[in-house]
Amino acid sequence: MSNLITSVNICGVEMKNPVTTASGTFGSGREYSEFVDLNKLGAVTVKGVASHPWKGNNSPRIAETYGGMLNSVGLQNPGADYFVENDIPFLRQFDTKIIVNICGHSIEEYCEVAEKLSDADIDMFELNISCPNVSEGGIAFGTQPKMIEKVVSEVKKYTKKPLIVKLSPNVTDITEIARAGVSGGADALSLINTLMGMRIDIHRRKPVLANKMGGFSGPAIKPVAVRMVYQVCKAVDVPVIGMGGISTGEDAIEFIMAGATGVAVGTANFANPYATMEVVEGIENYMRKYGIKDLSEIRGIID
Amino acid sequence: MKSVHIAEIIKNEDISENIYDMTISAPEIAEYAKSGQFINVYTGKGEYILPRPISICGIDKSEGTIRMVFQVVGKGTEIFSSLKAGDSVKVLGPLGNGYEIEECENSVLIGGGIGVPPLLELAKNIKGKKSVFIGARTNPILVDEFKSLGADVYVATDDGSEGFKGNAVELLRQINPSVDAIYSCGPKVMLKAVSDWAEEKGIVAQVSMEERMACGIGACVGCAVKIRKAGEEDFTNLKVCKDGPVFLSNEVVWNE
Repeated sequence: MSNLITSVNICGVEMKNPVTTASGTFGSGREYSEFVDLNKLGAVTVKGVASHPWKGNNSPRIAETYGGMLNSVGLQNPGADYFVENDIPFLRQFDTKIIVNICGHSIEEYCEVAEKLSDADIDMFELNISCPNVSEGGIAFGTQPKMIEKVVSEVKKYTKKPLIVKLSPNVTDITEIARAGVSGGADALSLINTLMGMRIDIHRRKPVLANKMGGFSGPAIKPVAVRMVYQVCKAVDVPVIGMGGISTGEDAIEFIMAGATGVAVGTANFANPYATMEVVEGIENYMRKYGIKDLSEIRGIID
Repeated sequence: MKSVHIAEIIKNEDISENIYDMTISAPEIAEYAKSGQFINVYTGKGEYILPRPISICGIDKSEGTIRMVFQVVGKGTEIFSSLKAGDSVKVLGPLGNGYEIEECENSVLIGGGIGVPPLLELAKNIKGKKSVFIGARTNPILVDEFKSLGADVYVATDDGSEGFKGNAVELLRQINPSVDAIYSCGPKVMLKAVSDWAEEKGIVAQVSMEERMACGIGACVGCAVKIRKAGEEDFTNLKVCKDGPVFLSNEVVWNE
């Protein structure tokens, strides 16, 4: 560590390093705290929280794919009250920032959860308008620029902390979506959420997932994610948290060179419970190897 | 802190069509493991990223070994089947909650297909009379090992190649043994039939469920089963990996 400057500032929130977790892959940190030291993470981004408990979709919800996986969990969560009572006190035992991912079926529900958490002890909000696994809300909001602008500006009325808007890659032009988020009032953007995918069990002649389609994540999607982060960083001036297939420090450096300020580790946690720590250490190793003192030296260096 | 271990393979051989019997050296897992729990086994291949949850068939605390009897059902288990003694494999465990052993006179254990192996370690720990029902499509497994534990063993095969022709629950109904406690593991349709029988007997069975999972430790919320606790109106999606895999038969929502 010593003289390396790995800290990053996202909308006034100082993270000791750029590494956080992709929402939905790390719970609220409790399970992984048995494997890794949460004090060493820049932030923990928790699994999506709604105003009230959500049951999620039917099983099977998981299907492995070559170099990745599909999920159709459907944002099962115990709701905002549970989160405030149980997860915030747990996470506050650690020296890391808390990013709370919020979800809803309608603008009203997004606003309701934002309002419920407006005075909670968290550091940032991440607005999930890109989940492919819920029939209303989620991706339905995240693919239409006008709708994005509206939901972001409405939610913004209730969030007293910086608001990150998480973008869906299932769009024709990601820069148009990013601009809509920013004009709605997003303080930062995170991308990419999962790509819509499907697998068919040819023996049973049925989709593998009960919900038929699900979100595709994991190492296989990384080039798509790097491309979109690169495009968005060129198009807007707010900080970007990049994610999609990051499992090593080298992967994270790619996103930083594409312009990302923060990076999130997602599906890699399932494949390797130590993935977050390995990414933190891998970034430092890269910096040492190339004599980089501060990550700002390489951020967005690709023309 | 929990940790992923590199375990040496002591033995790995096929014991039936597509079924392998693997013993690994994993003292840190054997020390804490109990019957009905499972182990995450990692493929070590970047293209197959998820760990495979494999049930524990045997625990030897003095030797520090864990035995897993698994079926080749896809790429991951195919990789495991090719491993030889002396090779090593990444493992995490023990995971999940195992069976709770009930102190009673007459226990019934009923397993179908690759649901049979976890019942073997369980049978070792059960006192009193044990009636074991083993179901298989064609080749029943571990029959002699259950017999050597002093259990009354009943075998059912779908094609009638061994024992009773039909499924294990049909055989169970025909034999109709005295019963105070029921433990089961197998396909959901079988577990439901066991649950129905248990209900007729006025007993709650312990059933070990299976669902596709990613993390195995409760984070991904992939392996949901619908559970309705006594007195609750609506079901909750619980996690097979963390809340199970063993659930109470009267709390599982069977009809979907």
